Amino acid sequence: MTSTLLTSITVFVLAVFIGIEIISKVPTMLHTPLMSGTNAIHGIVLVGAMLIAGSAHSTLEQVLAFIAVVFATINVVGGFLVTDRMLEMFKRK
Amino acid sequence: MTTPLALSQTAINFTYLVAAVLLIVGIRRLSAPPTARSGNVIAAIGMTIAIVFTFLSPGIDSFWLIVVGMAVGTVIGVVSARLVKMTAMPQMVALFNGVGGGAAALIAAAEFHRLAPAAGHLSGDSVGAMLFSALIGSVSLAGSLVAFAKLQELLPGRPLVFGAQQAMNAALFAALVAFGVLAGATEAGLWMVLLLLGALLFGVLLVLPIGGADMPVVISLLNAFTGLAAASAGFVLENTALIIGGTLVGASGTLLTILMGRAMNRSLANVLFSAFGSAPAGAAVAATSSDGKSYREISAEDAAVMLAYAQRVVIVPGYGLAVAQAQHSVRELADLLEKRGVDVKYAIHPVAGRMPGHMNVLLAEANVPYPQLFDMEDINPEFPRTDVALVIGANDVTNPAARTAPESPIYGMPILNVDEAANVVVLKRSMNPGFAGIDNDLYYEPKTAMLFGDAKASVEKLLAGVKAA
Repeated sequence: MTSTLLTSITVFVLAVFIGIEIISKVPTMLHTPLMSGTNAIHGIVLVGAMLIAGSAHSTLEQVLAFIAVVFATINVVGGFLVTDRMLEMFKRK
Repeated sequence: MTTPLALSQTAINFTYLVAAVLLIVGIRRLSAPPTARSGNVIAAIGMTIAIVFTFLSPGIDSFWLIVVGMAVGTVIGVVSARLVKMTAMPQMVALFNGVGGGAAALIAAAEFHRLAPAAGHLSGDSVGAMLFSALIGSVSLAGSLVAFAKLQELLPGRPLVFGAQQAMNAALFAALVAFGVLAGATEAGLWMVLLLLGALLFGVLLVLPIGGADMPVVISLLNAFTGLAAASAGFVLENTALIIGGTLVGASGTLLTILMGRAMNRSLANVLFSAFGSAPAGAAVAATSSDGKSYREISAEDAAVMLAYAQRVVIVPGYGLAVAQAQHSVRELADLLEKRGVDVKYAIHPVAGRMPGHMNVLLAEANVPYPQLFDMEDINPEFPRTDVALVIGANDVTNPAARTAPESPIYGMPILNVDEAANVVVLKRSMNPGFAGIDNDLYYEPKTAMLFGDAKASVEKLLAGVKAA
């Protein structure tokens, strides 16, 4: 095992604990918006898609990377906007 | 070959740290009502930072694919997020989740293709993550598409089951493991392709037998899956932003799935493997209750008089109200009744609508005042003192079989005890069973009166009737 991998695993394990800790007391009425919000956050996969697309050389890689960028962008942009629309409803009291 | 603007990897990683902190703060704020909206904005800022600085990463030597791809994705994302109706939100979230999973699988496939041509180039460290990302990402994509189709009613919402399904799933899963091992060992593209296709099929088979009523829990689970797929793509690319972002969603999504299941009194294993409301159980219950039992129909005028001269009215909104877009008319009706001195409350079941919290969003959209909204625990003790319970397009969440019939598939699910009210008026399109495909004994009780028709049209007739009364 390389030390890079060990660092990655360390980050992973700590993120698991943080992920569980930060939502442990969420009221039912926020379940849907919270799911939608975290849904937007895994759109971070766009960063990976960009790195692949920016260094792709064979045609197949370029095609795969291009679709990945489109997909991930839909995930990020659509995810945050839809979450905002949901939460807008909670604003007026 | 990098751009003049390119930063060092250390500088990029620092911006990822800033982004990660913003994502964590964002999720934390998302989980409390007063701060939720700002939490979403903070998370979006974190995401933007990560994306912008990725452009400056060393190793990126071509921008056009990224720019065109992001432009296309942005247009699709903005248009669909703006146009989707509030009632269709759950399936939209499913779609956004699915494409995220698809992106993670494609990244794994592209990396495999880049590194694999000369055998022995795949490092042992990353190949496992690559295969995991391909597998989970594909399952999430296909599963989300089926969930979308079910909620959009392109596929029947009831569980689709066929013989030997569990055995077939087990066999398919074993085959997937074999494809993964072979792909890793031989580094041949064929096994990777088979792994991706098999995982897509597995995603379809996983969600098909799950009933529509359980779909929110499934979408939440697939959301966690996509998070894990993104995290493992992060292991492949040695990218901390992906690992942190993906893992946060994987972990919080798993917990959220459990919390949602708990709100519906369903364990995860139960949701995944029991084919809730499946044909045999549903049909048996329906047959015993609808045979020989009769229901009572009421005119809108009579129902309006009942409401106008009641002391206490509890409105129980359900998905039927949402579909008919009746929330504004309902609020008008409630306002009118309040003006006449009737005490009006709304009873919100945790899973009213199609997702936990869905009904709160819809009623807030119609400006229903918060103090009138009551959770299940708070409103249930009120029903015995209620003159009229007005059930608008809600079905399964009012079914007394959940309390009384151990053979019913929804037995044990917490429900709103509307049958304890003195009178029950049910607004419904027809006598068809609800989303879970289970007949409702409430409709055959002597105290229950049925008012058939589109929820919005019926509420407007009630409104006219109350004005005249």
